[in-house]
Amino acid sequence: MMPTLAFLNGVDPWIFAFSFITVFVTVWMGFRSAKTSKTASDFFVAGRSVSVGWNASAISGEYLSAASFMGIAGMVMSSGYDALWYPVCYACGYLFLLLFIAGPLRRFGAYTIPDFAEGRFDSPLFRKIAVCFVLFIGFFYTMPQMKGAGVTLAYIFPGIPYWAGVVLVGAVITLNVALGGMKGITLVQAVQYWIKLFAISVPIFVLASVYGFYGTHLSVNATTAPVVVAGAAAIGPGVSAPGYNGVASDPDAKFVRKPLVEKAPRDTAWISPFGPLTTKAVNAAAAALPVEERPAFLAEYQKPYSLLYTYSLIIALVCGTAGLPHILVRFYTNPDGVAAKRTTMWVMILIGVFYVFPPVFGVIGRNLMPELYTGLAGIKGTDQVVLKLPTLLGEKFGVLGSILSGITCAGAFAAFMSTFSGLLVSMTGALAHDVYGRMLRPKASPAERMTAFKFAAVLIGGVAIGLGCFVEPLEINFMVGQAFAIAAASYFPLLFMSVWWRGMTMKGAATGMLTGGLCALVAAALTNFSTLSLDKGPMGKIFAGFAPLNGFWAHHPLLRILCEQPAIWTVPLSITLMVVVSKATAATVPADIRMKMLVLHAPEKLGLKQEYIQEQQAGAGH
Amino acid sequence: MSTPPSPPDAVHSEEFLRLLMRRQLKLSVGSAATFFLAQLGMPLLNYFAPAMMATRVAGFTLSWLILGVLFFPFVWVISWSFIQRSMALEEDEVKSIKR
Repeated sequence: MMPTLAFLNGVDPWIFAFSFITVFVTVWMGFRSAKTSKTASDFFVAGRSVSVGWNASAISGEYLSAASFMGIAGMVMSSGYDALWYPVCYACGYLFLLLFIAGPLRRFGAYTIPDFAEGRFDSPLFRKIAVCFVLFIGFFYTMPQMKGAGVTLAYIFPGIPYWAGVVLVGAVITLNVALGGMKGITLVQAVQYWIKLFAISVPIFVLASVYGFYGTHLSVNATTAPVVVAGAAAIGPGVSAPGYNGVASDPDAKFVRKPLVEKAPRDTAWISPFGPLTTKAVNAAAAALPVEERPAFLAEYQKPYSLLYTYSLIIALVCGTAGLPHILVRFYTNPDGVAAKRTTMWVMILIGVFYVFPPVFGVIGRNLMPELYTGLAGIKGTDQVVLKLPTLLGEKFGVLGSILSGITCAGAFAAFMSTFSGLLVSMTGALAHDVYGRMLRPKASPAERMTAFKFAAVLIGGVAIGLGCFVEPLEINFMVGQAFAIAAASYFPLLFMSVWWRGMTMKGAATGMLTGGLCALVAAALTNFSTLSLDKGPMGKIFAGFAPLNGFWAHHPLLRILCEQPAIWTVPLSITLMVVVSKATAATVPADIRMKMLVLHAPEKLGLKQEYIQEQQAGAGH
Repeated sequence: MSTPPSPPDAVHSEEFLRLLMRRQLKLSVGSAATFFLAQLGMPLLNYFAPAMMATRVAGFTLSWLILGVLFFPFVWVISWSFIQRSMALEEDEVKSIKR
């Protein structure tokens, strides 16, 4: 064998084939449809002929990222019930978007949040501030996608290190975007949704029919702590407690539950609310206390702090959806407001159907593949369960296990490729159009702008790859949650308040958005640095300077929770600042605010939008 | 230069804007309230009635069944009813102005 092909040792040909085909088809379709839409404005205008069904599939395809496809299953497996808040709130965020933001923004005709920020406050300066957050949120969102890529590649090619997978996949997608292969083409994103739904549901149906269904697998996890008989060995690590019906396995004997490993959470904590995810900070604090004080401390603080954590998480995810830079853009590809609302409805149905499936992988994985717990954070950890679980079928049905595992790998590729491409296009657009085209070289020629776009894509792709190499010890889903928290504290208050309160001024909006968003950003970064400092690998050494932070948090669990899930204080802080500063600078409310509000809220049939544009142009002079 | 067809002045009046925003906000807040009652009520139920939420239904705990499966159709119902009512509201607004 040639030495260059050595990395192919131990590669399952089925898994490799399915993954390769997905990547190839995505790149090929991207280039094919790129020929028909050359510029960004083509994309927006041509998109208006897109039907509700295609558009809803495309929005869903872009939204369902590595976090949805791999992260939720991994987190349900590692943390149990509490992780269910993620899929539920990812879906419910769209309801919030529909109720308060989608309609008015669609009428206003701003394609992106920076467009809206400039139009609503007549301030190019504010546009520049808003652009910063496209980059902040975008980078936080690309890190988990990169981890998904690293985990998947390391699974397909058992020999290669995590960082090599990140670099390889990152480079392919970045080049694809830089060469114009993926301009957020509706067709490609729509097809990606159906690939993902197929890839997550079919293996589940096969697995469930062989090994027992969702409810059966949950039923072997006991809700009450096992009674420890005096003298008998306590139920500890390695011994699985009987389920609620008193048996450790499925009564129909479709599966035998494997014993849990030491790192796995116990049944009661796992299946009940307020489990390991939300009580981590309090448990760490209790571990720092003398043994005799622990029970009293846990009894007093564990559940209340856990409730606080849950609420903060809900606020971050529900409000954050409205502020994701790559999502709102797609609402303008609807022909009118009614279609926009129908599309949102369909998006909620499509992603809702999808989100039922990932937790099933986590639940079955806990019973049948508990060995994944041993590498809790790394690439061999629970984030891999979606890819690896189908191989179980290999024991009974030979090649079927490999085929289904290949299908989930293909779905994972579809997930991080579509989201990373979408983010890269948004971020590159912001950098090339706003930073280069408006700030650095306003007189640049179209050819120079095109070069700037390619250069910006490579630059941002490079930074994203670099960041992605650092995050191996962090959970995919958790990182996406942080991106949502930053969006919830910056863009969400901006959009919500600007749409519904006419007294907002530019200074108020900017102060609130910057303070809230930066507080959330710093809090999330501190949490990550301290977690990375605990890593036993090279990351632990790089971030060793942050290790004392963990000692501080052991004494202040409340501060740890407020840092890990900052939305509960940053969102109100941001909104309060917006109101206070706007009141103080009330003289600077835009002069034509009533007209702006009419455009935002009056039905499109009245034709106010067109009238407004003509007034603006007349006012600008000739 | 052709002038755009000017809608009746009633559109630009302060009263119309106030009415418009108040009715739309009322509709949105009403739908959001139903949703928040369920969304924020779930953790409270888990907190204050853990035994009830741990009841087994077809292998699921009640809490898991609601959050992992039933919550999605619930959200669809809210959004469907909101869309119906908001379209009716827009029709109504257009009529009230064109009359």
